[in-house]
Amino acid sequence: MLDDFFIRAVVGGVGVALLAGPLGCFIVWRRLAYFGDTLSHSALLGVAMALLLDMNITLTVFIISVAVSLLLILLQRRASLSSDALLGLLAHATLAVGLVVLAFMTWVRVDLMGFLFGDILAITVRDIIIIWCGGLAVIAIVSLIWKSLLASTVSYDIAVAEGLRPDLANFVFMVLMAGVIAISMKIVGVLLITALLIIPAATARRFSGNPEVMAVMASVLGAGSVWLGLEGSLEWDTPAGPSIVVAALAFFITSVLPFPKFKK
Amino acid sequence: MNVGKDTLVALDGAGLSISNKWLVREVSMSVSAGEIVTLIGPNGSGKSTTAKMALGIMTPSEGSVYRRENARVSYVPQRLSIDWTMPLRVNRFISLTRSLQKKEIKRVLSMTETEHLYDAEVRILSGGEFQRVLLARAIAHSPQFLVLDEPVQGVDFNGEIALYKLIEKIRNELNCGIVLISHDLHVVMSSTDRVICLNGHVCCSGTPAVVATEPEFRALFGDRAANELAFYKHHHDHEHLADQTVRKITEVEPNASAQLGRENTSHVSVKRNA
Repeated sequence: MLDDFFIRAVVGGVGVALLAGPLGCFIVWRRLAYFGDTLSHSALLGVAMALLLDMNITLTVFIISVAVSLLLILLQRRASLSSDALLGLLAHATLAVGLVVLAFMTWVRVDLMGFLFGDILAITVRDIIIIWCGGLAVIAIVSLIWKSLLASTVSYDIAVAEGLRPDLANFVFMVLMAGVIAISMKIVGVLLITALLIIPAATARRFSGNPEVMAVMASVLGAGSVWLGLEGSLEWDTPAGPSIVVAALAFFITSVLPFPKFKK
Repeated sequence: MNVGKDTLVALDGAGLSISNKWLVREVSMSVSAGEIVTLIGPNGSGKSTTAKMALGIMTPSEGSVYRRENARVSYVPQRLSIDWTMPLRVNRFISLTRSLQKKEIKRVLSMTETEHLYDAEVRILSGGEFQRVLLARAIAHSPQFLVLDEPVQGVDFNGEIALYKLIEKIRNELNCGIVLISHDLHVVMSSTDRVICLNGHVCCSGTPAVVATEPEFRALFGDRAANELAFYKHHHDHEHLADQTVRKITEVEPNASAQLGRENTSHVSVKRNA
């Protein structure tokens, strides 16, 4: 079944969308959209480092993303710059350094477009195994820290006072974000990862009465976008990654249309 | 530090400084089971900071804090804003940090007269309704230690008295220790065991009756506050409290401490130099 490249793309893409759902909700609730962007920009530095040191690309991207998140926390405590300025600084600094490092390595030929926009149709069975195993691990960890994470999103003070451990939960969340970016880079590419995190979550908001429903809805809508986007891409010969994002956008636009029966 | 078997929280000379400014210093206090301790003081006097040190939200830069291990703690913060992008209904909000049965949620909501809001989205509640829901959430888990930072702000007058009665009832039923931060001296005092006046440090503390007669209390809070305490006591000792100079001092906020430093005991001027 997984012999067909299209089936492989759907299975891999749906896996990524399922785990992007709950994390995307937190990105929206905590107004971290730019944080997601920064991590995905830094993924290109991860690619460069992987090629330079001859390491596994997914693993290196993950390590670089975690390092960038830690650097951000450190800078937020030390520097007198606002968070958005620091995020902008880190996003474009890592992107630029990544591109420069790539340019120095004249001996490797890199398909930059593949990293920027993803290459979902070239997904291998091994990639699928990484996505689904990694994805299940991410979902399991998210459900373990869900209560702390949700409580500290509502109020950090209440979470600390009432015996939850929001600092640990926040750190784990950051590591999970880095992981998601590392494994979804191949699906939609560096430039469009944030879209896969945010757009399904934003669409799910309208139809959800509580946070858990919104997380599940975001996963389902994300998976639907992957399938619809890939079908469209096959039909009209459009690039796969951007087609998935356009499909997600179509769901979002449908959700903001005034259907009276959904009004709550 | 005096830590007995009933002690839930004790602060010993605790203080917090942020970027070289002391928010509050040398606070020593303790809260035992079944006790209501009220913190009063002007704006910026360190009431919330003291509460946060007691809760472990902030780590004191000097002194030490004792907290009983594994005590069930509930907290009503002074401010709480929930991002509208999160769909959060009242019933889900009540069980935010610990899971609860539907029956239990309805019970605490009815205690704060908000049962009809069970399915309402938190972001559409009015200020007073939200305070009631916050209080319901705090008492839902039968806390052993309860910190209420201005719990009735925005609640109408009748509701205010009812909620204070509820707080007292909770204390009696659960035998929990309560730290209460409030400006409504006249209502609060009737149920308070101990008052702590803060203004950057502990100015005076004791039972409401004792604190009302402290000259430092009058100097800090003016005769209106002293009268409110006197009103609670129903003692006719307020004539000599009507001191013109003192009233002027507390009405002109920005210079209040400076003038106090000049006119009052060295106690207050220590705070200015710190």
